[in-house]
Amino acid sequence: MDLILKIWRQSNSESKGKMVKYNISDISPDMSFLEMMDVLNDQLIKKGDDPVAFDHDCREGICGMCSMFINGEAHGPDRLVTTCQLHMRKFQDGETITIEPFRANAFPVIKDLVVDRSAFDRVQQAGGFISVNTSGNTQDANSIPIEKNDADRAFDAAICIGCGACVASCKNASAMLFVSAKVSQYSLLPQGKIEATDRVRNMVKQMDQEGFGNCTNTGACEVECPKGISLENIARMNREYLSTLLKS
Amino acid sequence: MSKMDSKTPKGPLKEKWTNHKSSINLVSPANKRLIDVIVVGTGLAGASASATLAELGYNVKSFCFQDSPRRAHSIAAQGGINAAKNYQGDGDSTYRLFYDTIKGGDYRSREENVYRLAEVSANIIDQCVAQGVPFARDYGGLLDNRSFGGVLVSRTFYAKGQTGQQLLLGAYSAMNRQIGRGKIKMYNRHEMMDLVLVDGRARGIIARNLVNGKLERHSAHAVVIASGGYGNVFFLSTNAMGSNVTAAWKIHKKGAHFANPCFTQIHPTCIPVSGDHQSKLTLMSESLRNDGRIWVPKNIEDVKAIREGKLSPAEIEEENRDYYLERRYPAFGNLVPRDVASRAAKERCDAGYGVNKTGEAVYLDFSSAIERYGKEEAHVKGLNEEDKVLIKKLGQQIIKSKYGNLFQMYEKIVDQNPYETPMMIYPAVHYTMGGVWVDYNLMTSIPGCYAIGEANFSDHGANRLGASALMQGLADGYFVLPYTIGDYLSGDIRTGKISTDTPEFVLAEEAVRVRLAKFIYNKGEHSVDYYHKKLGKIMWNKCGMSRNEKDLKEAISEIKSLRKNFYESVKVPGRVDEFNEELAKAVRVADFLELGELFAKDALERTESCGGHFREESQTLEGEALRDDDFFNFVSSWKYNGEPSEAILRKEMLYYEEIEVKTRSYK
Repeated sequence: MDLILKIWRQSNSESKGKMVKYNISDISPDMSFLEMMDVLNDQLIKKGDDPVAFDHDCREGICGMCSMFINGEAHGPDRLVTTCQLHMRKFQDGETITIEPFRANAFPVIKDLVVDRSAFDRVQQAGGFISVNTSGNTQDANSIPIEKNDADRAFDAAICIGCGACVASCKNASAMLFVSAKVSQYSLLPQGKIEATDRVRNMVKQMDQEGFGNCTNTGACEVECPKGISLENIARMNREYLSTLLKS
Repeated sequence: MSKMDSKTPKGPLKEKWTNHKSSINLVSPANKRLIDVIVVGTGLAGASASATLAELGYNVKSFCFQDSPRRAHSIAAQGGINAAKNYQGDGDSTYRLFYDTIKGGDYRSREENVYRLAEVSANIIDQCVAQGVPFARDYGGLLDNRSFGGVLVSRTFYAKGQTGQQLLLGAYSAMNRQIGRGKIKMYNRHEMMDLVLVDGRARGIIARNLVNGKLERHSAHAVVIASGGYGNVFFLSTNAMGSNVTAAWKIHKKGAHFANPCFTQIHPTCIPVSGDHQSKLTLMSESLRNDGRIWVPKNIEDVKAIREGKLSPAEIEEENRDYYLERRYPAFGNLVPRDVASRAAKERCDAGYGVNKTGEAVYLDFSSAIERYGKEEAHVKGLNEEDKVLIKKLGQQIIKSKYGNLFQMYEKIVDQNPYETPMMIYPAVHYTMGGVWVDYNLMTSIPGCYAIGEANFSDHGANRLGASALMQGLADGYFVLPYTIGDYLSGDIRTGKISTDTPEFVLAEEAVRVRLAKFIYNKGEHSVDYYHKKLGKIMWNKCGMSRNEKDLKEAISEIKSLRKNFYESVKVPGRVDEFNEELAKAVRVADFLELGELFAKDALERTESCGGHFREESQTLEGEALRDDDFFNFVSSWKYNGEPSEAILRKEMLYYEEIEVKTRSYK
């Protein structure tokens, strides 16, 4: 395949960026998108140019590190995959592909396609945990049976990989899907209920402080989420948050 | 040749850990506040250790090269975590888990470490459930289990095919709690460049901030290396792109011994290589072998027809299929340990029975399981058990609920639907049992420097059983290191803050600065990946699934000359003081180019076959691995001495008191 790539180049967080055009040829449809980027970078290095910086690590769709906005969609045109699992067979020979970083006020660009998502970490630090120490004397794992349905729904929320596609896809750059997934995981489990009130209040507060936008229920986040995290989680979090307000 | 002292406590095996915990020195809560600990790496071992050390009151500084601690490669572990809970009532016990692990490791691990691992395994599950890890449950609300290779019980706890993710996010949440409390200071996008020794003790590290390229000095009273394994020395592996040996190798060069470097796990069920562009390999969890049957065609004509696209696997009749694992190992069948399954696949492919274009793939087939589950489901629901379409649909639903994400991953990569056609799989490098040598307290041969998780060598011998890596990572981090480190730190309560202005720190930083500048000013012609791929080819062809003296000797000299060429001709663009992925890669590959040589040396010296280490010169008439307990019943512990392959061998003899050492048989 021969392709034209239009890629966002920005040398660091201070400098101004711009789109730069590259031609690339002999791309196999069996390559992953990132392997195509490897080929491009190899060519750039050979020419003595600066390779395109992009985040990636596991390349099997689970670490959440890769983060490109491809042809106007987070993680590109395929559904339920991250960029590392997107394959070139999803594109046409001769196609022009636009590649940008995930854009949001809370995700400043570090270089080219690499953004700083540490805001997500700080939201988790505000309350995304159950306060239990490692003592070795925790009660037996089977002492509290959990209804399978609840356990499964908690799992479905817990598989969020924290990639930020939801924020990048949202016209308001809202992080509601991400935050609600964690809130939901714990609120569905008996272990997490004890701190539920503080958790949702603190996490929402931190989310707002980080500069994420508000949720207007467009549902774009759910469509672009590579793990299929459901909007139901947002509804659940709103419910939790409301009951927190009523209690206080 | 001096011997290594593992500092194993005295007394009966079953009481060692309990007695040891009661007799080692403690640090009072008030004094813990005065003590700093550095943890490098935030996978299961590093994250759990950081969290627990902070809970205990130490000031922890944690480092990861990724943009968040949650991205460490433990996240990608799929199948599960073992624990001797015996919830299934199938005769499991601490002893049995201990026994299986020693046997699975082909009698090359330390008995007392493995027993401790089995002992604390049950606590891990309790701890994780308390943290909100959503393990799979049955309809009664209790935890579900499945089986993994090399065992005859169901002791593996799981969360679909994302167990590693859920456990890591649990440990990450425990870390977040401590970061929020200010007890852990987290350094994302930082890479450890070297260890700093003061008076022979580990007192800090030099780290590079990967965002702005600046070097930083960090001091502590102890340094814990939890940087994972070195499978990426093969370039293609199931490890993440960034997984590297640098932290472990740097401490080796500063005096920490490196043990059993040639013990590598080649995992039998990975998606085969599709072409030269490939950057990494993807694992298909071992849990699939619970329900998948592995086969190749019996007749070579069928193999040819398949490769030419004239025949589909589903068209081959049952009697014309060779379920070679079930044939060779009737007792364990498809659930033999990984090393055995990998070699058996290689044997069939080498004989010409590989089923893809490259001739390096075998089938993993779910059709019998789909039919079995479908019939069961139809029976339960009172539906027509003769309706083939219905049975298939019901069976596929069950398979989807068990392995949905793995099947989806396969389909996205290979572009074939594994519910309809068998998966194609081939062995790939997955895990390294070898690593930094540690004593019973998990301390390396450098005082105050510890190694935990995959980075150390201690528990898996020559082959690791499935679902045991997660168990070991969390055991080390939650339940072992936080207590054993106190014994050492109790001597440091009056030391006070360690200054980073001492000559030791200044010199270490300067050495790193010089090394980095060399890469940038080299102006060579080949990219870092060019060298990494070449190294990978040497490792795979000459130190891979099957090894011999001639190849290993060649590997040593080829790696030496490749390394020389690397320093002469590598091209690293950009500057030191900026975000520079190529520079970060160059540093890592430079260390792989040294480790690879020691790896080959270790494999050359160990002329027996054991576990994942198969020497062609040492096999039975049936082609099974032949161990040599008279000469090789030891841990090879290497002390750095200039050139990697000139390292000095120190043996730690292995003693088995509880277990009778036998020839491993899964027949």
